[in-house]
Formats: sequence, C-alpha cells, structure tokens
Amino acid sequence: MSALHLCLIFSTLLFALGLAAALSRSNAILVLLGVELMLNAANINFIAFWRFSPQFASNPHAGVIFAIFSIAVAAAEAAVGLALIIAVYRHYKNVRLQDADQLKG
Amino acid sequence: MSLSLLIFILIAIATLGSAAVALALKNIIRAALLLVVSWVGIAAFYLWADAQFVAFAQVLVYVGAISMVVLFGVVLTRRAPVSVVDTTVTPSMRAVAGVASAGLVALAVVWGILGTELPQTSSRAAAPVVNMRALGLELMGQYAAAILIVGALLTVALLGSVVVASHEEKLMKNEK
Repeated sequence: MSALHLCLIFSTLLFALGLAAALSRSNAILVLLGVELMLNAANINFIAFWRFSPQFASNPHAGVIFAIFSIAVAAAEAAVGLALIIAVYRHYKNVRLQDADQLKG
Repeated sequence: MSLSLLIFILIAIATLGSAAVALALKNIIRAALLLVVSWVGIAAFYLWADAQFVAFAQVLVYVGAISMVVLFGVVLTRRAPVSVVDTTVTPSMRAVAGVASAGLVALAVVWGILGTELPQTSSRAAAPVVNMRALGLELMGQYAAAILIVGALLTVALLGSVVVASHEEKLMKNEK
C-alpha cells in the first residue's frame, strides 16, 4: 500500500464523516459544517494526487493552484450557507431543518 | 515504519477523531471549536505533503475566517437564554439511515481505492518544489482569468449573502 493509498483512504473517511453529519443531524449549522468537511476531503485529494503523482514535472504548480481556487470557492459557499441559515432562523425562529418545511416566503 | 508515515497516521487520527467527536456532540459551540482542531489537522496534512502555501491558505480561510463566521452564525441563531442549543441527534430512522449510507459510501470507496493500482512514489525526496515566486507569476499569467473570476465570485457571493441575511421589513412595506 503506497502513501497515496493512505491519503485517499484518509480523505474518504473524512468525506464519510461529513456525509453522515449532513444526512443525520437536524441542526442546519452542523449540516453546513458537514458539507464543509466533504469539501475539505476533496481538497486533500487534490493535494495527495499532486504530491504523489509521477508526472508533476510538466506543470509543478497545477495541483496547488487548483486547491487554492477550491478553498476560495469553499469560503464563498460558507458565507452564503450561513446567510441562508440566518434567513431561515428569522423566518422560523429555529434552525431545525425539520421545521423549515415550506417553500412559501 | 518510517517517521513520515508515523506523522501522517498521527495527523489522520487527530483530524478524523476531532471531526467525529465534533459532529456527534450536542453542544454546537463545542462542535464548532472541535472542527477548528480538525481543520488545523488538515493544514498539518498539507504541510506534511509539502504544500506549504495551501496549508497557510487553509489556516487563514478555515481556522481564521470560516470558524468565526460559523461562531457568529451559532450566536445569532441561538434561542434567547438557553445556553445549550437543542441539537440532539434525532433518534429516528433518519439518523440511522444517514450514518449507514455514509458508512456504505466509505466502504465502497475504500474498497475501490484498495483495488486500484496507484503510482508508487512514496519517497520523500520526490517532492515537487513549489517556488512562491513562480506560483505568483503563474497566478498572474496562465491563471489570471481564473483568479479574476474567483474574485468576482467572492464579491457576488458576499454581497448576495448580505442581501439574503439582511432585514426585509422595509422592502415589504414599500411593496404594500
């Protein structure tokens, strides 16, 4: 088993933790944190493939730059997610996802 | 077992352990703080993998900014005097089904990874050298369009989140 295998298994377990949180928790903030954890697992995969792939000589920075852009998009996603949670809270006075069951504004 | 592998396993255990405990906790502030530990562990993984710049970006964005945004979200959405927000894991079929499906996904992906032939470049000497200057020049040259688009995306997303989260009462009155 190579180091790349270990990194991929690490990121898979992190992804599974995030998925379990996003599916089973009812607090909207914890669901958002689970989604963030899944995004982090994807970033770990970018860096692992960049670090342990044999043909990085053609473009030595591609993996790093991809991970940086991915982190920037994750930051935007977190801001929008928290804004949506605050909007839901103002409407329902609650952040339980089971209570937010209307499409009407 | 080499030292590098030992460090990786310690980082992985710290990251996965803190994330697992955080996502099972009832107190949401403690969960957010433990997730910060998990993000620091991921930054340590980036340092281990010789991606220093990404590690610093991870610390700045996740440990610095997103954790603060999450804590603000927790404080703004907590119900008045109660110190512990009710975030009990619903003892329903939904929680069981969620954890079971996540476990199935993990099993399937790990099975796929173990059955795949991957390049065996585990030697530490083979690390690609990241030159900060070259990285900056590439961001300004080959990836200039991408970085402009990310800047526009961040601006639009933050303005949009302000609009979504701001009060709408004045707008409603004007419409009436």
